[in-house]
Amino acid sequence: MALELYRIDDRLIHGQVVVGWGQPLDLRFIVLVDEEVAASDWEQELYRMGVPPEMDVYFESLADAAARLAEHQADPRAGLLLTGDIETMARLVEATRAIPSVNLGGIHHKTGRVQRLRYVFLSPAEEAALRELSRSGVEVTAQDVPAARPLPLDEVLAGEGNR
Amino acid sequence: MSSAPAPRAIVAGHGDFAAGIVSAVVQITGRDDVFVALSNRGMSAQDVERTLRERVEALSPDGGAVAVIFTDLPAGSCTMAARRLQRERPGLSVVTGVNLAALLEFVFSEAGDAAAAAAESVEKGRKALAVAGGGALGGGSRGA
Repeated sequence: MALELYRIDDRLIHGQVVVGWGQPLDLRFIVLVDEEVAASDWEQELYRMGVPPEMDVYFESLADAAARLAEHQADPRAGLLLTGDIETMARLVEATRAIPSVNLGGIHHKTGRVQRLRYVFLSPAEEAALRELSRSGVEVTAQDVPAARPLPLDEVLAGEGNR
Repeated sequence: MSSAPAPRAIVAGHGDFAAGIVSAVVQITGRDDVFVALSNRGMSAQDVERTLRERVEALSPDGGAVAVIFTDLPAGSCTMAARRLQRERPGLSVVTGVNLAALLEFVFSEAGDAAAAAAESVEKGRKALAVAGGGALGGGSRGA
């Protein structure tokens, strides 16, 4: 399987993704699943600017990503699929039933969310969505950078990463 | 009333990058009135953009003065946020991949406006990056 990581990160493409994961995984493509970005040439240009020329970026709506997931998984190059929120990833999982694992990479504070890790804040609804993902057989872990230990969902929800 | 000029540029980046490099500028030049440092640590993309906008507005009470945002990495969330602000403020310069030599050049620039000073700092920053002692660059750089 060529998609090495299925990541939820509210910064979408940024340093941790392009450099932090991009170098060790030798990433050659990113699938960015976001309705707003998929609909805006300007947003796409902004994100493409931050990516080295040898890395492809595919900007896809949820529907397009669901339709093309198998194609991306069959790509022999190393790739990363990225959503900006839990709901989009959960819907993609539901639509495809072909995503084995989900990486929580950065879900930052906003009203209604409670801190679980330094970089993970969750609302009750988001917590429930992650539990449902886990129950459905998807391995859910939090790991911001490759050098960090992947924390299983139970540890994330217990806030054990904060110690 | 102090005659010291207001800060003219923001330096934004990962972790303590901005605070560290601004500290280095102050140590070398004695000027602590040029740069404001911003870290993206623990911030969502929206947080970074909001904070950056607040800083730019605070430094531009007349709505037009600032100026320049220096960032560390083209792919970084600070750069993305700066580009979004640039869309609203076409006069804003965004310089990414900043290094110490570039910031020092900006401090001492005699260019008439911030955009020209930013362009000079980019040129200086590029020249300062070298393999010391020879190699492909033939003799290294004398730097800033």
